[in-house]
Amino acid sequence: MKQFASLWAKAPAANRIAAAFVGFWLLLALAGPWLAPHPVGAFVDEDVFSGLSARFWLGSDYLGRDVLSRLLYGTRYTVVLGLGAALLASLCGTSIALAASLCGGRVDEVISRLMDTLISIPSKILALVLVAACGSSLPLLLLICALTYVPGNFRIARALAMNLAALDFVAAARARGEGKWAIAWHEVLPNMVHPLLADLGLRFVFVVLLLSGLSFLGLGVQPPYADLGSLVRENISGLTEGAPAILAPALAIALLTVGTNLLIDAMKPEGQ
Amino acid sequence: MENAPHILVESLSVSVGSTPIVSDISFALPRGQVLALIGESGSGKSTTALALMGWCRHGGRIASGTIRVGGMAIDRKSEDELAALRGRYISYIAQSAAAAFNPSRRIMAQVIEPALIHRIMTRQQAEAKAVDLFRALALPDAETIGDRYPHQVSGGQLQRLMAAMALITDPELVILDEPTTALDVTTQVEVLKCFKTALASVDHGRGATAIYVSHDLAVVAQMADRIAVLHKGRLVEEGPAEQILRAPQDAYTQSLVNAPRPVPAAPSAADAAPVLSVQGLTAGYGKVTDGQPAIPVLRDISFDLPAGGTLGIIGESGSGKSTLARVIAGLLPAAQGQVLLDGAPLPPTLEARSLDQFRAVQLVFQNADTALNPAHSVRRILARPLRHYHGLRGAAADRRVAELLDLTRLPADVIDRPVTKLSGGQKQRVNLARALAAEPRILLCDEVTSALDTVVGAAILSLIEDLRRDLGLATVFISHDIHAVASLCEKVLVLYGGTPVELASREAFNGPEHHPYTRLLLDSLPTMDPSWLGATPAPIHRGEKQAGLCPFLPRCDVAIAGICDHQPAPPKTGDGMRWLCHRGPIKHDKESA
Repeated sequence: MKQFASLWAKAPAANRIAAAFVGFWLLLALAGPWLAPHPVGAFVDEDVFSGLSARFWLGSDYLGRDVLSRLLYGTRYTVVLGLGAALLASLCGTSIALAASLCGGRVDEVISRLMDTLISIPSKILALVLVAACGSSLPLLLLICALTYVPGNFRIARALAMNLAALDFVAAARARGEGKWAIAWHEVLPNMVHPLLADLGLRFVFVVLLLSGLSFLGLGVQPPYADLGSLVRENISGLTEGAPAILAPALAIALLTVGTNLLIDAMKPEGQ
Repeated sequence: MENAPHILVESLSVSVGSTPIVSDISFALPRGQVLALIGESGSGKSTTALALMGWCRHGGRIASGTIRVGGMAIDRKSEDELAALRGRYISYIAQSAAAAFNPSRRIMAQVIEPALIHRIMTRQQAEAKAVDLFRALALPDAETIGDRYPHQVSGGQLQRLMAAMALITDPELVILDEPTTALDVTTQVEVLKCFKTALASVDHGRGATAIYVSHDLAVVAQMADRIAVLHKGRLVEEGPAEQILRAPQDAYTQSLVNAPRPVPAAPSAADAAPVLSVQGLTAGYGKVTDGQPAIPVLRDISFDLPAGGTLGIIGESGSGKSTLARVIAGLLPAAQGQVLLDGAPLPPTLEARSLDQFRAVQLVFQNADTALNPAHSVRRILARPLRHYHGLRGAAADRRVAELLDLTRLPADVIDRPVTKLSGGQKQRVNLARALAAEPRILLCDEVTSALDTVVGAAILSLIEDLRRDLGLATVFISHDIHAVASLCEKVLVLYGGTPVELASREAFNGPEHHPYTRLLLDSLPTMDPSWLGATPAPIHRGEKQAGLCPFLPRCDVAIAGICDHQPAPPKTGDGMRWLCHRGPIKHDKESA
């Protein structure tokens, strides 16, 4: 804790702001439902797309539901599903990429072609089939989103690992008699972390978009709940009048993604 | 106007932020003369040279001082005005032509680009002028070489093509920044000769005004009319080349002129059983058929190395020096022949080697910048082999890391620093310490000093020599520094195109008789004598090498017609030497050459 405090004190202002942003969103994701002033699906306002007021801080949506409450519930879905899926995709993609680059030859060839196959399947169709077969559930959504972005992460991680594997310090480790996994873990991976984190930030944004697309088709988060992407989508008719019902979730997505990417940039390794 | 200096620099200071990089530099140069800026890396020589173009690196700025080039006040020009000057009135020849040329455009288009950008010639005029320059620079096929792409010409040719690019606008000032440092000694002779004639022919025979940046005083002695010595961002001495070379005033210049030669190494126990023995080794890249790889790099290499002994391997780039180290270390399996460790064959591939065999053979890589993982601290780098080979962890490992730092004369406080925060010399010491952590029997040093300054490199070499003596390590030195090899190593192996042309004991190697290729290498080493370049003949090239014949035949100036071009070169032995030639050893005698 003390270490964390000193780290916080030393960090530049930009890093602190970024960390505060992400901390804020994690907190909302955790405590959102308890903070919400109204039930998530309740029609509490007679008017639709009403403006900011003391009773409805962020106005009401196209059905007269409280936007703030829906936002607080939605954050949880977006953060958990979005970050979860992006992390899962990066974890799988990077592990497979390390295996491919270090085994090389035929193993690399087979894995790369499999990934090409996966990338050629349209993600929404795949999601449709899977949801139709298994029924919509959060773990399934997480899995679909992760699966969709594994090949992209694999491509980037493999390219990074291939370049690193050609460097002298990897040759030095091989000449020292180190095993493949020790080389992957000690020599290659530490040099890939930062670009992969930047990739993670981008994937996160893509997952949010995919989720809202799935929700629009009725395959995503099921009503009355909604993730931030779906909130934008369902209130799209309020765009012409500039209703807070559409601006608030859009702004929330922007702040969440910008915050995440700021934090990732702040984690730049020393001396680079 | 004729008497006014062409280049005038007065109390020039360049700083990054508030830190001065160079300060209070003043010199003047008349038209048609060459001034050499000499110093170690970090002495500010490149910074000074670039400031003459009004250019600063890394967010630096010209803090104060005046810079005049042919009456132009460089320090008062705006960025747009400077852009109009650069490449037109002031041109620049960089160290690495390979990095300076665009690989996807033809050479001619790039050479004439300065003339076209500044609109001083039509395309036809510029191309005609370029061909003239190609001739002046003794480039082969002057009419058609411009149609090639940069990867289709050799490194030495590319460096000369870059000179053509710099000279095409008849600039008022040419800046040459270490233009031959990346070249082999033999190529360097050729390029220096061409530079000298080309520079002299510019400006209707009056000669170009040039600034020549280099760390090598012997090279500078051939090129410069005046020499300015920089040390730690300050000008320590400036004067006519003769005076600086013959009677340097400043103590630092004196240390450069009388550069320390490595002390001859103590002999190892004679007739000791070889710890490393290489027998009939052939290796290369690509598919191996009948013991011959698709792209052979090394042919039939054999040598023995006793415990505590030293073997030097010399040759031009591409001669297979580094490949030999990689084969011994197991990174590249041999196609034929074997490597014996204490009389027992080492498995050719990494997979088949035991931990103890890995430990016994340690390779120190050439470039410490890439050989050390930039994500790791010094502690992590040194602790890894300790744990891997000796199972040391925790306090025991920390103690050993501290010992290794002490052994390689590194300050103890570097231990938690990331390697990216170390200086070049420190990195090379960590690189060495990592190999020593294994407690090896054999240390393979691949060009360990080539990326370092002379002074730092000499310190690393004497450190390795001390360790060899104290720890009884057998050492293989791969180097292009013939002086160092000749004094440090008990045996010297000379490789030409992957073929061992000479294997000599130190006494024989320092003696007068050599294989013609070794003689060429020795003759190509510049000396402090300014007349050396004129007296050294340009290397010859005729035809391509043919399979079965002596590989050196196309470049040999003593080949015997009717024998050398008909029969393969026979191996001969005698007087501490083994060589591959139809002739007996050729006397290395400069005057008759």
